[in-house]
Amino acid sequence: MNPMFQASPASPRFKRVVEGACIAVLAFFAAVVVFLVLRAAPVLSSGKATEKELSTLTSGSVTSLAEYLGPLVFGTLLASFVALVIAIPFAVGTALVISQFAHGKVRTALSAVIDLLAAIPSVIYGLWGVLVLVPASGGFWSFLNRYFGWIPLFSGTVAVPARTMASAGVVLAIMIIPIIATISRDAFLQVPSQDKEAALALGATRWEMILAVVMPAGRSAVMASILLGLGRALGETMAVLMILSPASGYSVHLLEATQNQTIAANIAAQFPEADENGVGLLIATGVVLFIISFVVNAIAQKVVARGEKSEKHEAAQRHATAESGEGNPA
Amino acid sequence: MSLLTLNSSATKAREGKHWFARTPHEMPETEETGKTVATIESLSRRRKLRSLLMNCVVVVSACVVVIPVISIFWTALTRGIAQLSPYFLTHNMRGIVGGTYPYGGIFHAISGTVEITGVTMLICAPLGIFAAIYINEYARRSRLSRLVVSAVNIMSGIPSILAGLFAYALFSLLSGVGTINGFVGVVALAVLALPTVIKTSLEAVSRVPDTLRESALALGASRSVMIRKVVLRTALPGLVSAVILAIARIIGETAPLMIAAGIVDNTNFNLFSGRMMTLPAYIYNEYSQGLATCPTAHVASLMPCDPQIRIERAWAAALVLILLVAVFNAVGHWVARRSMAGSRHS
Repeated sequence: MNPMFQASPASPRFKRVVEGACIAVLAFFAAVVVFLVLRAAPVLSSGKATEKELSTLTSGSVTSLAEYLGPLVFGTLLASFVALVIAIPFAVGTALVISQFAHGKVRTALSAVIDLLAAIPSVIYGLWGVLVLVPASGGFWSFLNRYFGWIPLFSGTVAVPARTMASAGVVLAIMIIPIIATISRDAFLQVPSQDKEAALALGATRWEMILAVVMPAGRSAVMASILLGLGRALGETMAVLMILSPASGYSVHLLEATQNQTIAANIAAQFPEADENGVGLLIATGVVLFIISFVVNAIAQKVVARGEKSEKHEAAQRHATAESGEGNPA
Repeated sequence: MSLLTLNSSATKAREGKHWFARTPHEMPETEETGKTVATIESLSRRRKLRSLLMNCVVVVSACVVVIPVISIFWTALTRGIAQLSPYFLTHNMRGIVGGTYPYGGIFHAISGTVEITGVTMLICAPLGIFAAIYINEYARRSRLSRLVVSAVNIMSGIPSILAGLFAYALFSLLSGVGTINGFVGVVALAVLALPTVIKTSLEAVSRVPDTLRESALALGASRSVMIRKVVLRTALPGLVSAVILAIARIIGETAPLMIAAGIVDNTNFNLFSGRMMTLPAYIYNEYSQGLATCPTAHVASLMPCDPQIRIERAWAAALVLILLVAVFNAVGHWVARRSMAGSRHS
């Protein structure tokens, strides 16, 4: 903003109102964080005190916090990992089609599809996943198991119905595709067309042009979008709750049911049976999830900031070379 | 001709900043051009083939993404339309037993969703927009602004179910253990809606060009008049779309509302007492109860009974929810596009 504005006469009442709103927002957010940490801290710090809560919540099968939290963290990370692996190629492919291949109506239609995907509430994804995808995908999972069963991920006995990590991962992937696709698309659209034309003029095929010009230019945005999608997948509750048949354990057999559970789905599943202490324990697991997604988001913002900086740097360089180029002919 | 191009690009590739650098094995290795044009032609054919193949892969991947959208809409439409009727929209689930007729409806869920979402936005929209105005117009670099911006960044990553747990635990402390009502749901949704509202309205306000502010101030307007008459008016479409998109985001929230507002069969208009049903919670609840029980065949012949009725109701409610979200999104994007076109125009 222009510094001259600072000198203009202030109107205290209006300023006080908006400043008050600002302080209220900050106080509210601070209250949320402080309250959650206060409820979670005793559970997370004292190992013995939580034993009783744990045994009531898990009917005596788990006695230490690490034993309870470990599989949940593992399951959360595994589900998000599966979702990312599936989502990235499709999302980046869609972003490329929208930004580099399609024009006019096709481009608008594809963008609308992505917007629709982003708009569908998670409970509907869950409903669709468990009632449509799970029955329909059984054949594919047994195919994977038969021919790629030597890979640990696909080994074991295929669950029927496929209320497995694999199905949950597919639905999570569909949910995060719009996040990755929209951000990547916007970055790809900003690649200067002269750069692309230059590559094509030098004899590059379209794919080589994409590899050489479009992808490097959008790299940081794609990375950031992937991390943001990861953040969404980590915290997703309903789809996992409805699809995955839960259990507490460390298993990477994606096609077997009753192997893992995620933190968020575990909270939703156990909340109805939890007493006051149990709620404290669930809040503690939720805070662990919050910390994980906070770290992921922080890294994403770092990536975005670094990308912007290097873009500015490049733009400045380009500007400088253009100016020196203008000076040369003389 | 093609030989020339390839050679010159090969030298460029050696400088390390060219597209050939990614596929070194495809570069003609030798300077001696005795190796005839044939190899180069087959080389370029291979490159063209590879490009064609990868183009196909990319296009197919985009087509695959369309499949779930079509499948979800098609399923919701075909399976939900049977139950969707004026009766379904105006009745609640009170006294609906098993799978026997009458089949009940979603009025209580719609009223709960409208009430909770509406009150949440009544609280969050002014708070968020005012905060955005303070940050952008009064103190862009002050400590308070920076604190709020980083708090927004942190809070936008909160898992939605944790927001529900927060509201539940807070009200357990304030007004007795196990307090579950509409307002607890409002608090939970506020945690999720505020960051979105602040982020998008901050964007809308900062798109207002400085020249407009300068003109208003030059005409002698005080700063508050300038903000109210110039900045807010110019940014209005952007602010409206910020609010509408936030509504679209929170209207489908399920997990926090199941915890904070609860699940109930009858219509409850009172935000501050008693559980309150919402559409997403209704969908989950109907699904999770599975098949409905029907009386024996003899009685069933007298009274219509559908064991699948719960799933059908879930899909019908899903159809209503999808339509609601789609309408809010379409309006929000439309307003946003208009506001962007307007700001470019000015």
